[in-house]
Amino acid sequence: MSAKDEIKKLIESNEVCLFMKGTPESPQCGFSMTVTNVLKHLDVKFLGINVLEDESLRQGIKEFSDWPTIPQLYVKNEFIGGCDIVKEMFESGDLKKKFDEKSISCK
Amino acid sequence: MPLPIKEIKELIISSIPDAIIEIKDLMGDNNHYSAVIKSKVFKGMSKIDQHKLVYKSLKGKMGNELHALSIKTGEK
Repeated sequence: MSAKDEIKKLIESNEVCLFMKGTPESPQCGFSMTVTNVLKHLDVKFLGINVLEDESLRQGIKEFSDWPTIPQLYVKNEFIGGCDIVKEMFESGDLKKKFDEKSISCK
Repeated sequence: MPLPIKEIKELIISSIPDAIIEIKDLMGDNNHYSAVIKSKVFKGMSKIDQHKLVYKSLKGKMGNELHALSIKTGEK
């Protein structure tokens, strides 16, 4: 399977996907940790995909989203953004609104 | 290789001429920055598109020479 197909499958079959460096239990980069903490704080169930374990995914997700950095958050197939946008949306309350709109359970 | 603040500003200005840019070197290592960028061109654009425009202005350096640049965009 090509990286593009694998990414499509991941974001179609998991409601909330975070492409990150490290795992949700043990993020390997401060930006990935920030987004993980936001999602944990909102009590959102998500799949963390460790791109450090798969170079083709690491490159593939950058091309797929046309976005040069990691982490990247997908909610129901929609690219939400990287760390800065997620953080900004969390602080303004827009992230919770987004989850509510998409009927994703959160606190 | 680290990218100095001056060069980052020049790259952004070359794509977004009216940009007002404030950059902080967070760790004093020429490698971890935060930038606040204001421009009229951001009007009506989604946050994702605003950030993409800034990334494009950095011509592939983001995620490579430029390891960490946190971005905040806004309309002028």
